[in-house]
Amino acid sequence: MIITFDWLKDHLKTNLKEKNLLEQLTNIGLEVESVESISGDNELFKVAEIIKTEKHPNADRLKVCDVNIGENEIKKVVCGAENAREGLLTIYAPPGAIIPKTKKKLVVAKIRGVTSYGMLCSESELNLSDESVGITELTKEFRKNIGKSYFLKSKSNLIDISITPNRPDCLGVRGIARDLAASGFGKLVDLEEKKIHSKNKHTLKVKINKEKGQGCTAFGSCLITNVKNSESPKWLKDKLISIGQKPISAIVDITNYVMLDINRPLHAYDADKIEKGIIVRNSHSGEEFIALDNKNYKLESGMCVITDNKGVLGLGGIIGGTRSGTEFNTKNVLLESAYFEPGSIRNTAKKLNLDTDAKFRFERGIDPLSIEDGLNKAAKLIKEICGGEISKIDIQKIETYKIKKIAFDPNIFEKISGFKISLKEMTQILEDLGFGVKKDKKRLKLTVPSWRPDISQEVDIVEELVRISGYEKIKYIEPIKQRKKPTLNKFQKLFHFLQRSIASKGYLETITWSFTDKRYNDHFRDEKKEIKIINPISSELGVLRNSIFSNLIIYMNKNLDRGFKDLSIFEIGPIFNGPNPGEQNTVVCGLSAGKKSRLSWIEKDRNIDVFDAKRDVIQTLVEAGYDSQKFFIDSETPNYYHPGKSGRVFLNYGKEQMAAYFGEIHPNILKQIDMKTEALVGFEIFMDNLKLPEKTLNDLKVKFSFSDYQKSQRDFAFIVNKDVNAQDLINCITSIDKSLVKDVKVFDLYQGDNIPENQKSIAISVTIQSSEKTLNEADLEQINNLIIKTVENKTGAKIRS
Amino acid sequence: MSDLKKIKDEFLSKLSGKLDISEINQIKSDLFGKSGLISTQFKKIGTIAESERKKFASDLNIIKDELQDLINSKTNELKSAEINEKLEKEKIDITLPERSFVRGKIHPVSQTIDEISSIFSEIGFSVEEGPDVENEYNNFTALNTPENHPARDMHDTFYLDEKKQKLLRTHTSPVQIRTMLKDKPPFKIIAPGRTYRSDSDQTHSPMFHQVEGLHIDKDINMGHLKGCLDYFIKEFFEVDKIKMRFRPSHFPFTEPSAEVDIGYEMKDGKIIIGEGNQWLEILGCGMVHPNVLKNVKVDPSKFQGYAFGIGIDRLAMLKYGINDLRAFFDCDYRWLNHFGFDPLDVPTNYRGLSR
Repeated sequence: MIITFDWLKDHLKTNLKEKNLLEQLTNIGLEVESVESISGDNELFKVAEIIKTEKHPNADRLKVCDVNIGENEIKKVVCGAENAREGLLTIYAPPGAIIPKTKKKLVVAKIRGVTSYGMLCSESELNLSDESVGITELTKEFRKNIGKSYFLKSKSNLIDISITPNRPDCLGVRGIARDLAASGFGKLVDLEEKKIHSKNKHTLKVKINKEKGQGCTAFGSCLITNVKNSESPKWLKDKLISIGQKPISAIVDITNYVMLDINRPLHAYDADKIEKGIIVRNSHSGEEFIALDNKNYKLESGMCVITDNKGVLGLGGIIGGTRSGTEFNTKNVLLESAYFEPGSIRNTAKKLNLDTDAKFRFERGIDPLSIEDGLNKAAKLIKEICGGEISKIDIQKIETYKIKKIAFDPNIFEKISGFKISLKEMTQILEDLGFGVKKDKKRLKLTVPSWRPDISQEVDIVEELVRISGYEKIKYIEPIKQRKKPTLNKFQKLFHFLQRSIASKGYLETITWSFTDKRYNDHFRDEKKEIKIINPISSELGVLRNSIFSNLIIYMNKNLDRGFKDLSIFEIGPIFNGPNPGEQNTVVCGLSAGKKSRLSWIEKDRNIDVFDAKRDVIQTLVEAGYDSQKFFIDSETPNYYHPGKSGRVFLNYGKEQMAAYFGEIHPNILKQIDMKTEALVGFEIFMDNLKLPEKTLNDLKVKFSFSDYQKSQRDFAFIVNKDVNAQDLINCITSIDKSLVKDVKVFDLYQGDNIPENQKSIAISVTIQSSEKTLNEADLEQINNLIIKTVENKTGAKIRS
Repeated sequence: MSDLKKIKDEFLSKLSGKLDISEINQIKSDLFGKSGLISTQFKKIGTIAESERKKFASDLNIIKDELQDLINSKTNELKSAEINEKLEKEKIDITLPERSFVRGKIHPVSQTIDEISSIFSEIGFSVEEGPDVENEYNNFTALNTPENHPARDMHDTFYLDEKKQKLLRTHTSPVQIRTMLKDKPPFKIIAPGRTYRSDSDQTHSPMFHQVEGLHIDKDINMGHLKGCLDYFIKEFFEVDKIKMRFRPSHFPFTEPSAEVDIGYEMKDGKIIIGEGNQWLEILGCGMVHPNVLKNVKVDPSKFQGYAFGIGIDRLAMLKYGINDLRAFFDCDYRWLNHFGFDPLDVPTNYRGLSR
């Protein structure tokens, strides 16, 4: 809502300065978004006349215009507007002027070889309207202003106030003045709105159809006959221009003025164009009409329309139609002042994707008791400016507005706000805001002003009182440093731990969007359902991610393009399994590309590989407190991993769900997305599948025990079939005697010469130690033989001699 | 001159020259070998007259010790010289680079969330979470924003179905609803997390982070709200004093509602928080609306309290001087490395937020 201090003073008597005003507006919840000076530079924009137009020698669509900018000065201006023609009065901007819309400074410029001194402006370039086709057309009344500034010299700044949706009453200058007055910023000026006393009959019949979902509950109107529509008088034009609106004609300007002044939207019809009276009804499916924005709208059934015998005249409370619009030659005017239901307005406007000043106000709730005031004010202005005779006012209603009443317990104020104000002060504030206040024992009996649809219960009253007394009166109560519950639960602690554990292994944490590109998502979707966003911001962000890999790969690729070759990134966050709340999992996903020790003088470089990813996963899980003795790893992985170089981790096989995947990303995917790197490996840890620790760190520290007896190390080399896993050998040896076998390590893998083709040699070192005695040679020999025999029997291995 | 003195002088002079290890060994055997000069003298002790024997033995021992010490020290000197020479040959260029290492980093948003959690932990808030996909009821209706409320326009919502029943949460406030439905009052929680709006430009991204705060008890009033936020802002920006302004605003789910601005000024292109004449909006808050409490079966005549919502990315930008919101989600290696935090820098109560 844009206002000026000058306009505000029509309603508010105050000696205070604009600076105080800006502060006070914000203090009472009418936040000042911006303050713009409309004088200054804007004085450069002059009323001018095109004297001559010629076709541009080098461009078909351009014209070279001779423009009279006053005092016998003629400027050559190149212009592309179709409506640039001889005799047109328009607005000229000289070099040096800053165009309000683009904020760009004009310079003398050669346009296709012809020098242009300045520019002729469209309404949109001057922020006058959205009209950007053609240059501004001024009426002939402006002829006497040629050479003068189009914008008025005004000391008043444009004050843009952000009005919250609960305060429709402040969408008129008077509402803002009332709030200010209540807060002690001046005195609200009484409006002496005299009623129309007319004996003339209202000859146009108006009827509101009583039907289900009727969006109009009251329709007030009066006829003004024999008017002479014209341009508005200077004071009215100045008012509209002062807040950046463009005057059109007296009748339209008056309805706009009343709307802006007292927040009462009106509509003026050319009464002669209405066929036999008005019917307000629900639209039928397929009905059409051309609105004042020159667009044709096709209606669904159930929209509130103002109609006559011939069809739709307009969408009630949203926009009028061209068929019955007023023009300069309009003789008889029907002035409408109605009440439309916010919900109905909003539904219709949403379906038709329409936004107008009237719609904005009606959907927030217009004062239902302002119908008559609006008619009185506007009709009298029309008569004053355009002459004519005013008829009696006719108000059709299908519902009567009931004044809202609230019994307010004054104690609630302090209970919520934490500070005290006197009953006298409360009464004063509420009365200033338009409430009726009566004291009744312990309560205040309040009647709510009809322009405040937002107020219906006690807490609404508290808000008014705190707001007007000032938020600075609220005390600061120091918070108590006391914790009754743990801050994080076990899942959150684990999240936090895994996040920092992965980062400590050289991964940069990223945060990517929860949605992704369908094409990338498909690579990593596996068997999951695609979850589409109905209204995505772009097609590249059209689905919820089924895996974090899609985004990590996209951004990894961008970084590779930036020239970084060896990189590890990770994200911890949600992946989605379905479109319902809760169908999501928290995953830690890491991705590494390139080499280790690239360009090192001391170490040989090598590609990053699956065992790097495996180490990061296993180490992280071990650090998080899981027992690696119980881990089980196999090679079942989703199709986006290399089928031969990837693995799946179980923390406790057969008892718990799969905890993680790791491996090389499938080479086909790299090919398809044209990713250029030596190697790409990744992992996913599924947090929801990790069993949360039940024990405290204290519980985990069991009795410390160790053996001082000598330990021995024995090395074995077994030849096994290729499909036998190293893990099988390890498990086999470990299970022989847990009290003696302390550690089993694979220290070599060999395939090739001297080994049959489908076999491999695995070398294993076993640490043997007893906690009871020093083992002698015979003991060791016995366990040695047991190891060889068991491994050979269970895995088909042969000891290498 | 006695024999002893003669031996001593002769060998002291021999040992003072520059000798190699074999020459020293020769001297050693000349003196202390089986028939060495000193050994021979020791054999003589028995033959000396009793009156002089004691003095002779004592003198001899002194000379023996003196010569022996000298020989030992000469030998050590030579050995250490030999080692030094060897080490000298092993000297390398120590300015060559160390073995390579990589450093991971924590994203500034994660760090900021941990900072926020740490601060609120101290005054008794615990952390709650909720799903990213929400139903229309939890995101709007339960929060006193019924369908057709113009306030819904302020949230450009991503929907997952044509009926607009499932959506990506537009704020973290639905966690309030979930928490209050799940448990019984009092409530004292914060809920950080991802939020989504279909809005994208320099200052808006379709995904961003918020932290919700909720404190409901028997007599929590606006003074508690003000005190809590004042404490939080000071702790977060690590300053003793902060210029702060509460001004009335409107949110459907709180009443009275407020927006909070903090003072700032620009110095040498850098933003200084807490002073100056400019105001910067950083959060919205208010007393939880009785309608919301009713929706979650909490009796508003017995319980009341406040809620707030803060933009986490915005806080991180202000604190760490980050200009572009979009960069948070752009994963540029250089940016992550620059604005990221070492994983060991965990914000905690006892260490504080910073080093």
